[in-house]
Amino acid sequence: MNKNIILYAAILIFGIAAPFVFPAFKVQLSILCILIILAITWNVQGGEMGYNTFGNILFYGLGMYLCASVQVGMFFPLAEWTEGGGEKTFVHTPAQFFQGFAVGLAVAAVVPAIVAGLIGYSILGLRGHYFAICTLGLGVAAGEISGGIEIIGAGQGFTTPPFPKVGSLEARGEFFYFCSFVVLVFTFLAVKAIYSTRFKLVLNAIRDNEDKAEAMGIQTMKYKIIGWMISAFFCGLAGGIMGGLVGYIDSTDVAFDGREMGVFMVLMAILGGKGTLWGPVIGATVFHIFKEGFWTFFLGWQYVALGVLIVVIVIYFPEGIMGWLREKYPERFGEVVDEADRKAQVELK
Amino acid sequence: MDFLIFQVPILTVQAVLDGLLLGILFALIAYGMALQWGVMNIINIAQGDLVILGGYIAYFMYLYGIHPAWGVIVSPIIMYFVGVIIYKLVINKVVDRDLFISILATFGISILFMQLMNFAFGADVVLANSGYGTTMLFDNSVTLPNSKIFSAFISIVFAIGLVIYMKKSKLGRAIRATAQNARAAKILGVDTEKVYAATFGINAALCGVAGALISITFTIHPYMGLPYTIRSFMIVIVAGLGNLPGVAMSGMGLGVFEEFADYILGTEFRIGSVFLLLVLILVYRRFKLSKKREYLK
Repeated sequence: MNKNIILYAAILIFGIAAPFVFPAFKVQLSILCILIILAITWNVQGGEMGYNTFGNILFYGLGMYLCASVQVGMFFPLAEWTEGGGEKTFVHTPAQFFQGFAVGLAVAAVVPAIVAGLIGYSILGLRGHYFAICTLGLGVAAGEISGGIEIIGAGQGFTTPPFPKVGSLEARGEFFYFCSFVVLVFTFLAVKAIYSTRFKLVLNAIRDNEDKAEAMGIQTMKYKIIGWMISAFFCGLAGGIMGGLVGYIDSTDVAFDGREMGVFMVLMAILGGKGTLWGPVIGATVFHIFKEGFWTFFLGWQYVALGVLIVVIVIYFPEGIMGWLREKYPERFGEVVDEADRKAQVELK
Repeated sequence: MDFLIFQVPILTVQAVLDGLLLGILFALIAYGMALQWGVMNIINIAQGDLVILGGYIAYFMYLYGIHPAWGVIVSPIIMYFVGVIIYKLVINKVVDRDLFISILATFGISILFMQLMNFAFGADVVLANSGYGTTMLFDNSVTLPNSKIFSAFISIVFAIGLVIYMKKSKLGRAIRATAQNARAAKILGVDTEKVYAATFGINAALCGVAGALISITFTIHPYMGLPYTIRSFMIVIVAGLGNLPGVAMSGMGLGVFEEFADYILGTEFRIGSVFLLLVLILVYRRFKLSKKREYLK
């Protein structure tokens, strides 16, 4: 327990000090926070509940569009803004910007959660690969359809409000970094709290055998919907911040980017280890470092590398880093290991 | 409502004809997907990318002065080997595993193919001009490119040929036996590994044929693969595995649906409506089954 507190304190201190120690990497660190949030939320759905989704990108993109739309729409006509050049005519004052962003984030979190609740009853009745493909369809459909809606910029994209001129030049990066870091901490603590309740056991029961869970008298549908809503809530938040950070929203390349973010979140959770609290965090960190470290060498070949990476991870490391650690050091994971039993197993091998 | 299709009713005929001819192509791709799904229990997300790759083979023949219709012969032969290579490298490691693993692995292959094709062939929308001309119907108000009729005809020929092959040949029997019970087939001396490789190869070859036809009749682009995967998946779940007439019918139905969606909603919503239709079909089936307390499995 003591060790844990030291670990958490160290991470917290690192998180707060990071933008000042590594000022050049602020944007990268913010993206890392977003990626970790996405991996954690995917893990609630895919890892703990066993409902492998490609569709959480729907909530991410929805949050992104909602946050930016609210931020603009609260003060200026949205249609004129997106028609082109609006960001030059209308300028947010600092107060308006932060007020709009705060309200936008709230909307970006709540509305996706409501959407998840509404569609949850229909979609979560599907199982296994039908669910996976159905959510894949949802994500792509959302991207295609939002690319045809005029008021949010259609195919030409949506420029989010530029950061007002307050403080030093570093202010923008620091603001978005701390936004994403605070949301990350909030997400992590919330998920950690959830994982220590009966709720997580129910989710695991659904993953292991849904029919039996139902036979035991658990209202699985209710829990599945709540699980998905939790996922959607934090996905929407992450999307809202990412929209402000990137500064430009495109329907298929930024918001509903199934080819990047949509796959990344699955991959990160699997790389770290599905169904563990720390797995997605580790997976996202390793993935992001790998991505940023090596992407530049693969210039232009990123997607080729990504494709190969997916295949390799899925085939050779389906259990992820945490799974590998668990196999190596089972004692650390609270599993009681009988020495004699272990020796017998080694001999068997 | 000022939709063009209501003002000019003859466009309905146009949409139906276009849709039917397009749908036959979809059915051919879906047939390949049903085959591998039934035999190997694999959902191949890279299906559409194999189609596009097959299309580029025909397109390259066209660039080098060979008539693209020959792509219908050449493309499946090349694609068969591409399929076998993919099987040997990746698919044989995911055959017996969880379906999600296969979905994710083939998703990786799909991204890989997309990008490799983007490098190799460029990001332009291309088509191979067959020079077949067009047929005019109803006082020139309905235009029907001959290439579409040609492609529908070729698809039907290949589909029938494959059905006969599956029924009569030794390999076809082995494939059907493996689909029924892989273990029993193994005991009876069927080399299931070879059967799987051949199945995946045949699927890729079918994709090659369809791709070559698509490059003649429509356009191809490196990133257009995923909609074809989704279409074939949709057709298979509507028709069910191993229901060939059903695959043909639902393929044509989907084609007609798409043409109407194109006219009524607008071209920008065409792909979106396909994906939404998939969601709606799955949800509809889920509610229908849940009345019997069952679920899609």
